[in-house]
Amino acid sequence: MRYLDEYRDSALVHRYAEAIRATVTRPWTLMEICGGQTHAIVRYGIDQLLPEGVELVHGPGCPVCVTPMGRIDQAIDLARKPGFTICSFGDMLRVPGSSTDLLRTRALGGDVRIVYSPLDAVNLAAKEPDRQFVFFAVGFETTAPANALAVRTAADRGLSNFTVLVAHVLVPPAIEAILGAPDNRIQGFLAAGHVCAVTGMADYERLAHQFRVPMVVTGFEPADILFGVLACVRQLEAGHAEAENAYARAVRSDGNRRALDLVEGVFEVADQAWRGLGVIPKSGYRLRHSYREFDATRRFGLETDSREPASECLAADVLRGMLKPDACPAFGSRCTPENPLGAPMVSNEGACAAYYRYRPMVEIPVQ
Amino acid sequence: MSEFEIQCPVPLARHDIIQIAHGGGGRMSQRLIESVFLSAFANEALANRHDASVIQGNGKLAITTDAFVVTPWRFPGGDIGSLAVHGTVNDLAMAGARPIALSASFILEEGLSVDDLREVVRSMQNAASEAGVPIVTGDTKVVERGKADGLYISTTGIGEVIANTPIGPTSVRPGDAILLSGDVGRHGAAIMTAREGLELNSPIESDAASVHLSALALIDEGIDVHCMRDATRGGLATVLNEISRDSGFGIAVSEDAVPVTEDVRGICELLGLDPLYVACEGRFIAFVPDDQADRAISIMRRFSVSSGTVRIGTVREGRARVTLKTQIGVERVLDLLSGEQLPRIC
Repeated sequence: MRYLDEYRDSALVHRYAEAIRATVTRPWTLMEICGGQTHAIVRYGIDQLLPEGVELVHGPGCPVCVTPMGRIDQAIDLARKPGFTICSFGDMLRVPGSSTDLLRTRALGGDVRIVYSPLDAVNLAAKEPDRQFVFFAVGFETTAPANALAVRTAADRGLSNFTVLVAHVLVPPAIEAILGAPDNRIQGFLAAGHVCAVTGMADYERLAHQFRVPMVVTGFEPADILFGVLACVRQLEAGHAEAENAYARAVRSDGNRRALDLVEGVFEVADQAWRGLGVIPKSGYRLRHSYREFDATRRFGLETDSREPASECLAADVLRGMLKPDACPAFGSRCTPENPLGAPMVSNEGACAAYYRYRPMVEIPVQ
Repeated sequence: MSEFEIQCPVPLARHDIIQIAHGGGGRMSQRLIESVFLSAFANEALANRHDASVIQGNGKLAITTDAFVVTPWRFPGGDIGSLAVHGTVNDLAMAGARPIALSASFILEEGLSVDDLREVVRSMQNAASEAGVPIVTGDTKVVERGKADGLYISTTGIGEVIANTPIGPTSVRPGDAILLSGDVGRHGAAIMTAREGLELNSPIESDAASVHLSALALIDEGIDVHCMRDATRGGLATVLNEISRDSGFGIAVSEDAVPVTEDVRGICELLGLDPLYVACEGRFIAFVPDDQADRAISIMRRFSVSSGTVRIGTVREGRARVTLKTQIGVERVLDLLSGEQLPRIC
C-alpha cells in the first residue's frame, strides 16, 4: 500500500536504527506526544531497536485519556435521557466515567451511536428531527477542523436538534506544562505529525527556543518514528534545540490554513481541564459566542463537575511521562482493559493499553 | 429438487410480510413453511414432515451448532442464509467430519418481507447444495417487531468423522507447521463497510465459503492433520490464541507471512483496526507435521477457497502464548483482545 509499506520497510527501519546507534554518545530521554505513536512504538517493537540509554517516554496525546471524567458523566447522563442520542467516536465508549461508561450505558438502553465523522452525527440529526443529537467533540487539534465543520454545517442547515459536548485539548500548552514541571526529565520531543499538519510549526519553534529542547515533528510509521528519533538525537548530540520537520510528506510549516480558519471561526481558546492533569490554562477550545446555542452544556443546563474521585490510578504520572505503564502497581492486576481504573488502559491510544496488549513478553528473553 | 417440490394451493402473495400468525402453527404457518421452506430445501427427509428426520450415519459422528445474527443480513459476497450454511459446514470440517445433514431454525421479525425471506432461503439452499449437504429439519418462530433484527438463523450440523486420529488442540505438537488457507479479514471488512455505509471504489467481498472439501482432502490424502480451526469471530489472532492455550504450546507467527488484501488493509488503516483480529468466514488454519507441510499446502491450493494457502508459523515448545514477528523483525506478543475492536478517533 503506497505511503505505508515504504515506511514499514524492515531494511529502512534497521538503517535508521543503526544511524541512531552511531549518533548517540550518552543517554537521552525523549517523549513522543501522540498516543498513535506510542501504539506504533510498542506494536512494532520500535523501542527494542533503540540503543540502550535512548528512552522513549509516552506523552499525553491520547484524547480520550485526558477527557475529564465529568464530561463523560455528562455524556452518560444525556444518553440515558429519553429522546437523546450521544454520537461518539468508538474509542470513547469504554472510557470509565465516575460510575460507568458509554458502552454499558448503551447496553442498558441508552442511545449511544458510533460515528466515523462528526458530519455523520449532523446527518443523523437531520434525519431524525424529533431526537436531540449530541456529538461528543473530543480530540486534539487534529479533530477540531471536522468538529468545527459539523457545528457550522448544523448552523447553516438550521438544525435545532444538534449540539456538541466539547472536550477539546491543545498540544503546545501540555508540552509547556510538562517542560515547566520541576521534576521534568524530557530532553527532546517527537511532536505529533497529524496535529502539526493542521497547526503548522510556529508554536513548536517558540517552545524549542524558550525551553532549549528539540521539537521534531514526527509521523506514525516505524521508519517515520525512527527518523524522528534520529533527528532528535542528532540535535541533542550537537547541542541544538530547533523545531524540525521529520514528516514533510504531511506537514507544512504553516499548517493547513483552511482548516485553521474553520477552527478559529467556530472555537476560541479557553482554559481546559485534563483528566489526571487538572486545569491547564489556555489548553482547550470552547465554542465561540456566536455558536453558543450548539453547546450541549448550555442548551441542556448541564452542571460542570471537574472533581475526580480518589483512585489508585496513576494515569497522571503516565500521561506526563513520569511513570512507565507497567511500573504502576495496579497494572495488569487491579487495572486491566476489562476493568480499567483509568482511561489510558482502555483507549486505542492509551499507553497502558499498549503495554498490556503488546508487552507481556518483554521481560522474557526471546529464544 | 422438482421431484419433491410442493405446489402450495394458496401461495403467499408477493410483497407479503411476515406476521405473528406465521409462527402460530395455523394455516398461515403451514403456508409459509410450504411455500418458502419446503419448496426451497426440498429433500426426502424434510418431505416426510415429521417431528424429526431420520438420517443414516456410520461410525463416529460430529455435531455442531451456531447462531447467525449478522447485520446487515445482506452483504457483498453473501448473506445470512449462505453464512448459516458455511459456518456450520466449516465447524464440522474442522473436526475432521464430512457434513451429512443440517437443521435450520429461523427467528423472524414481524414485518420482514417475504421476498427477503425467500432470498435468504434460496441462498441457503444454494450454499447447502454446493456443499452437498441437505437441510433435513427446521423450525420457524415469529417475534414482535423490534424484537429481532429482521431475521436470525440457527443451524446445527451432523457429520461423519473421517479422521482416524483426533483433530484438535490437544493433538498439536511442537514443530508443527501452521498453514493459513488465504487472506484474512475480508468478511469483517465487508460487514463493516456495509454496516457503516462507507463508500469505497469497489466493495470488499466477504470471504464466506464452505471450506470442507479442502480441509477434508488433507485427511483423505493422508496428511496427519493435528488441528484445524476456522478463523471466524476475533479473526486469526484469536484462534491462534485459543489453540495455544488449549494445546499448552507456544505459537510463533510472522506478520509478513499473513496475507491481507490491499482493500482490507486500507479499511483497517482507516478505522484503526488490526486485520489479524477481523473476522473471516471462509478461512481456516491447519496444524500439520513440518515434513508434510509442503504437500499439505499443495493439496489445499487445489481448491479455489484455499488457493492462497501459505505457511504462517510454527508451534514451539515453551510457554503457551502467541508471538508475532512484526514487519520490522521484532518479536512481540499477539494477545487476545479484551473487547471488540473500536474505531479510533484520529
